[in-house]
Amino acid sequence: MMEATRRRLLKGAGALAVAGVMAAAVGLGATGAAFAEGKTLKIGQLGVMSGAEASWGLVNKYAAQATADMWNAKGGVDIGGEKYKIEIVSVDDRNDPKLTVSGAERLMGQEGIRYVIGSNTDVTATSIRPIAEKYNAMYFPYASSRSLYTKPAENAVMGMVASYQVAPAILKLLKAERGVQKVAFVARNDSDGLSNRDDAVKAAKDLGLDVVSADATYEANATDFFPVMSNVVATAPDLIFLPASAPSNTPLLMRAARELGYAGLFASDSGQDIKVINEMAGDAGNGLVSIGGASADAIRSEYMDEFIKAYTKVAGEWNDEAGTKVYALEVILATLQATGPAAIDDTNVFKAAIPGFSMKNPFLKEDSKLTFTGEADYGQKRQIGVPLVLTETKDGQFTTLAIGQVD
Amino acid sequence: MEQILVNGAILSANYALIALGITLIFGIMNVLNFAHGQMFMIGGLIVYTVCVVFKLPYAVGLLAAAVVVGLIGMLLERTLFQRVMRISSREENTMLLAVGTALLLENIALFIFGEKQRGIPPMVSGVYRLGSAFLPANRLLVFAISLALIAAVLLFVNFTRQGRAMRALAQDRTATMLMGADVNRISMLGFGLGAALAGIAGGLLISVSGVNAGIGTAISTKAFIMIMIGGAGVIGGALLGAVALGFAEAIGYALFPGSVTYLLIFTALILFLLIRPQGIMGKPWG
Repeated sequence: MMEATRRRLLKGAGALAVAGVMAAAVGLGATGAAFAEGKTLKIGQLGVMSGAEASWGLVNKYAAQATADMWNAKGGVDIGGEKYKIEIVSVDDRNDPKLTVSGAERLMGQEGIRYVIGSNTDVTATSIRPIAEKYNAMYFPYASSRSLYTKPAENAVMGMVASYQVAPAILKLLKAERGVQKVAFVARNDSDGLSNRDDAVKAAKDLGLDVVSADATYEANATDFFPVMSNVVATAPDLIFLPASAPSNTPLLMRAARELGYAGLFASDSGQDIKVINEMAGDAGNGLVSIGGASADAIRSEYMDEFIKAYTKVAGEWNDEAGTKVYALEVILATLQATGPAAIDDTNVFKAAIPGFSMKNPFLKEDSKLTFTGEADYGQKRQIGVPLVLTETKDGQFTTLAIGQVD
Repeated sequence: MEQILVNGAILSANYALIALGITLIFGIMNVLNFAHGQMFMIGGLIVYTVCVVFKLPYAVGLLAAAVVVGLIGMLLERTLFQRVMRISSREENTMLLAVGTALLLENIALFIFGEKQRGIPPMVSGVYRLGSAFLPANRLLVFAISLALIAAVLLFVNFTRQGRAMRALAQDRTATMLMGADVNRISMLGFGLGAALAGIAGGLLISVSGVNAGIGTAISTKAFIMIMIGGAGVIGGALLGAVALGFAEAIGYALFPGSVTYLLIFTALILFLLIRPQGIMGKPWG
C-alpha cells in the first residue's frame, strides 16, 4: 500500500533539520526601526524565539524593544552629551547552540555589536563565550552556569538571579514560615532543569529538609504530567519544587498534582505568568512560590507602569515574566552613560566601570540601588543586582512574600 | 498499578486521534505530513479563542477547530500538495513542502496568538477513584469523546462510499482512478479529514495540557513514533501504535526516572524496526 516507509521517514527527518536551519537563517533580522539621521546604538538580542521555549527569548526581545521605545520616544539616550537612538537587533537561535554561534557571529562580527542580551539556557550561553571573547563583546545571559561568570571568563554578566541563589531563599522561607519539612523535586530533563534541580536538592539538604523524591523528571516536550506526578504525590511531600520550570509547564504540573489529591505548596526558581496559571490551572494554581519581577502592584514604580504599557504595545499583552527581564538593557544604558561614548566600542571601559557602578532602581517604588554583584558566587562582579522578589499565587494574583538582594 | 493502567488508557486514546489523522493522510496521499503537529496546535488555539476570547461554549470551539483545521488541510492539499505531486517525481519534495508548511503554520500562530501557553479550564471538575487510581472527570470526558470520535472515523472509512473510496485510494491509486473515482477530490477530502482529526485532538487536549505555538514538532514526533510502531498508512496500526506509546509512557514514568523512559522507548523502537521495519500491521512491500 505504501512505499518504503522507514526510508521516507529518515529522509523526512533530514529535510526537517535542513529546513529548520534555513528558517533560523531567514529569521535573522532587525526588529528595531533604522534611524535615518543621528547616532544609533545597536544592542543585540540573541535567544530562543521559536519552538516550545519561544516565550523565554521573546520576552527578552519584547522587553528590550519596549525599553528602547521608551528611550527613543524621549529622543534617545544621552551618552557623553550626544543622543543615541537605540536599535534592537534580534536573532532567534531556536535553542540550538549551532545557531547561537552563528547568531553571535552575525551580531558581534558582522554587525559589530558589543552588547548582546541573551541567550536563555546554559548550553547556548556557553556557546557564545568564544565569539564574545574574540570580538571582546559583552553578553547578558539568562543562564546560571557558574563558569560563564567566573574568571578567566569576563565577558558575560548574568541578567537575572541564579537558581542556586533563589532555591535556598525559597526553601529557607518556607521552612521557617510554613513549616515545610518534606520536599520533592520534579525537573525538566535538560541541562538547565537538571543542574537547577541538583543545586536546589543540595540547598534543601543543607537546610536539613527531608528530600522525599529527587529523580522525577519530565521531557521538555511533555504534554501530560499525570504519570510523573503520580509517583511524586505518592511520596507525600509538603512542598513540590519545580526547578527551571517553564511558564507553559508549571500550571500543568500543578494541576496534575492537585488532581491527584496533593494539597501542599509548590515552588519554582523561574519566573512565571499569572494569566497562564489562571487559564490553565484555575484554583489549582494557588500556593506557588516563585521568583517575581518588578511588576507586582505593591512594589512597582510609575516608571514600571510606563514599561508595562510600552511592553504591551510591543507584544500585544503583558507577561509577568517580563518583570524579571526588565533590567538588562536599562543597566547597560546607564553604565554607558556613566562611562561615556568610549565604552560603546571598547568594552574594556565598560568592564572597568562595573565595580563602581550604581543607579537608583527605576522599577521599584521604594528607594533602592541597582549595582553589579556576584562576588560571592563568581569572585567578580558579573551579575546585575536584580532584587530577589519572591511571590506566591493566591486567588489569581501574585502576592509579594519577600524582597531581598543577592550577595 | 491501577494508576498506570488509567494513565496508559487515557494517553492512548488521546494519542490515537493524533495518529489516526496522520496515518489517513499518509495512506491516501503518500505524504508524510510534518505539519500534523502544527494542525493539532492550531485546533487547540482555535478552541482557546472561541472559548476564552469570545466566551462561547466548548462544543462550538471544538466544532470550529474541526471545520477550520479541516478546511486549512483541504486548502493546503488543493493548492500545494496536489500540484507538487503532479509536477514532481521526487518524493522528498512533498516532505520538504510539509516541513515548510509546518514552519509557516508555526510562525503564523506565533504572530497571531503570541508566545504564551494557552489553555482552558477543565470542562467538568471533580476526581473519581478507580480502586487506588485517581481519575479526573475532565480526563474521563476527553477519553470518552476520543473513543467516540475514533469509532465514528472507523465507521466512516469502513461503511461510507467516501470512506471506501479513501481506502481504495490508499490501496491502489491507479486502480482507483481506472474505476472512475475522482481521486483529486477524494485526496482533498482525506487530507481535510486527517487535518480535522488533528484539530479536534488539539481542541480536546487544550483542556488537559494546553498548547503553545511551538508544540507542533513534539506532537508530530510522537505521531511518527506511533505510525512507525503500528505501520504507516494502516488505520488499525495507528491505533495499535497509540496504545503501545501510551502504555509505554505510563509504565515508563511509573517505573523509571523520566529521562530513562524516552531513552527506552527510542531504543526499543530502533530494535523493533530492525526486526520489523514496516511496523506491526504494515506490509513488508509498503
